[in-house]
Amino acid sequence: MISEVKEHFHGENGGGGTMTYHVEPKKAQDGAPQGDLLEVSMGPHHPSTHGVFRMDVVLDGEQVVKLKPVFGYLHRNHEKIGENTTYLGSMPYTDRLDYFSSMTNNWAYALTIEKLTGLQAPERAEYIRVITAELTRLQNHTCLIGFLLQDMGALGTPLMYAFRERERILDLFESLSGARMMCNYMRFGGCRVDLPAGWIEEALLVVENYPRFLDEFERLLNENEILIARTRGVGVLKPDLAVNAGVTGPMLRATGVNYDLRKVDKYGIYERFDFRVPLGEHGDVYDRYMIRVLEMRESLKILEQALPNIPEGPIIDPKYKVRNFKPKAGEAYGRIEGPKGELGFYVISDGSTNPYRYRVRPPSLINLTILEDMCLGQTIADAVIILGSVDIVLGEVDR
Amino acid sequence: MLGKGLLKGLSETARNFVGSYTDEKRLVTVQYPEERLPLKENTRNFPFLVFDGDPVKGLRCVACKICEKECPPQCIYIVLERDEKGKPQKHPRIFDIDISVCMSCQICVEVCPFDAIKMDQVYELSRFDRFDDLLLKKRDLAKSNDYYHSIHPAEATEVDDRLTAEKAKAEAAKAKAATPAPAASAPSTKSVDPAAIPAKTAAAPAPAPSTSAPPQPAPATAASVIPPPKPVAPAPIPPENLPKPSP
Repeated sequence: MISEVKEHFHGENGGGGTMTYHVEPKKAQDGAPQGDLLEVSMGPHHPSTHGVFRMDVVLDGEQVVKLKPVFGYLHRNHEKIGENTTYLGSMPYTDRLDYFSSMTNNWAYALTIEKLTGLQAPERAEYIRVITAELTRLQNHTCLIGFLLQDMGALGTPLMYAFRERERILDLFESLSGARMMCNYMRFGGCRVDLPAGWIEEALLVVENYPRFLDEFERLLNENEILIARTRGVGVLKPDLAVNAGVTGPMLRATGVNYDLRKVDKYGIYERFDFRVPLGEHGDVYDRYMIRVLEMRESLKILEQALPNIPEGPIIDPKYKVRNFKPKAGEAYGRIEGPKGELGFYVISDGSTNPYRYRVRPPSLINLTILEDMCLGQTIADAVIILGSVDIVLGEVDR
Repeated sequence: MLGKGLLKGLSETARNFVGSYTDEKRLVTVQYPEERLPLKENTRNFPFLVFDGDPVKGLRCVACKICEKECPPQCIYIVLERDEKGKPQKHPRIFDIDISVCMSCQICVEVCPFDAIKMDQVYELSRFDRFDDLLLKKRDLAKSNDYYHSIHPAEATEVDDRLTAEKAKAEAAKAKAATPAPAASAPSTKSVDPAAIPAKTAAAPAPAPSTSAPPQPAPATAASVIPPPKPVAPAPIPPENLPKPSP
C-alpha cells in the first residue's frame, strides 16, 4: 500500500499531450485518501502479459492510477552477440526477435546489409520476399486477434480458430525454408533456396481459402455485444501522442495517421502492387482490432497479385559470398513495415567480418512506451486488453 | 436487438462443431505416435555428417573447422586427426555437436565447402540426461550418403552431381600434370586431396531415391530412441557404436 501517486512519465518535457482522463485518487473532505491505494504486480508469470512481462499497477479501487511496465526478463544480449558473430551468423538470431514473424525480421536485416554493401536482390527474390512477408503479416495478425480475444475472456474458441488457419501458413514456411517459425530464410542479396515444386499452387490455395476464415471470424465476433462493450472507447490513444512517442504500425494507423512504410519507403517492389492502407478513427482497442482484420484483407490482395506473376530467374545476387563476407567500412539503417510496426536495423561496419555496432529498433518496445498513457483511468481488466492490443512479443521487447 | 451478435457468433461455432464431425477436411487430429504426418522434404532439425562407404574413413569432413568458426551458438567442437609424427590427417579425430545448444540454423551446411555436413530430420531426441546424451559424437553423427538421399532426395542428387563434376575436373587436371604416368587415373589411396575423398564413392550412382521408401519414420519402439541410419548403408554402424538407449 502506498500513500502518494507520482507524476507520470509523458507530457512534461515536450513529450506530447497528457491524457485527459488522468484520475486522481478520490479524496475525502479533509484531504486524506478515502481508501488505500493498492499496488499490484501483474506478471511476469501472469498469462495475460504475453510472455515474461510485468506491470506494476497502482489501483484505486478498480481504476489504474499508475502503471509501470517492467521488462528485461527475456534479455538475451542480442545486440552484443550481433557484434561478436559474423554478418551471416546474426541472421538466425533475428528469427528469435519477434518469433511470430521471422521472415520479416530476416528481410529487415538483409535489407540493411544490402544497403551497406550494395548487393541487389534479383527480381524473383524480391517477389518471394513480398510473398513471405505478407504471409507473415497474415499469420501474425491472425494470432494477435486470437490472443486479444483470449484476453477479453473468449477462452479458446477464437484462438483455436486462428491457430488452425495459422498452421496452414506455417506449413508453407516449413516446406519453403525447412522450419515453421525459425525460418532463417533470407540472405544478403536474395534468398537461401528456391521455391520447392508446387509451392506456389499450395500458397494460392491458402490465399484462396483465407477470406472464408476471415468472414467466419468476423461473423463470429464483429457484432458481438460483449466485444464491443469491452473495446469501444477503451485505451484511447491520441494521434499527436502516438506520433511523438514514435509509435508505428497498426497502433499508429488505428489513430488515423496515414503512415505505412510500404507506401512511404516503397522498399522492395511494393509500389507495383495495388493495396490500400486501412486507417482507424478513434484509436481505441476496437479500432486496433479492426485495423488488423482489414490489413489481412489487403495482404491477401497483395498475395493474389504477387503469386501468379512471380518471374523465373536466379534467387540470389552472384556477388554474395557465404564465407569471409566483409562489407566495406560504413553504416546503414534499413527498415521495413513489419506486422507490428517499423522494424529497423542499424549496422556499422569497420571492414571486418563482424559488425562494429549492431542495433535493432524493435517496434514492440517503442509501442509499449505509451502503455501507461493508454491505461490511466481505465479499469484493471481493461489494462489487460490494452496490453493485448499493443501486440508485443517479449523476444523483441527485451532482445 | 441486444444479443443478436452473440447469437450470430454462436451459430458460427455450432456450424464448426457439426463440421468437425462430418467434414472430412476438419478431421485433423493425428494420433501421434501411432500416426505421423509425413515430413516435408526441406524440413531440418539437427546436423549430421555424410560418409561415403566406410563410416569412419569415408567421412567427407576434412576437419577444416569452418563450421566450428561460423556456428552462431558455437555448438560444434572439432579436433583434427594427426598421425604419430604429428602430421595432420585431413579428417576429424573428434567431431562433437551439442544439440542442446544447436539452434538448427543450418549455417554449418551453407558454409561447408566439402558438402560434408547436412541437416537431419530426426526429431524424437528426448533423453533422460541433460548433458552427455545430448552431446552427439562423431559416430552418432556419421550417416551414409544413401540416408541423405532418402531424406532430401532432390538436394542430395544435386550435391552428388556437383561432386562428380568436381572429381572429373580434378582427375583431368591430375592427368594433365602427370602425362607419362598411366596410373594417374586409378584411385590412389595415398592421395589426401580433399576433393578426391568425397568423390571416391560419389561417382558410384546411389540407388534411385524414388525406389527407396519416403522418409516415413518407423513406429516408435521403447528400445530405439534415435532411429539408426537406414540399413541401405553399405557399411552400417556396428550396434555397439550406436547411442545407448536411455533407461
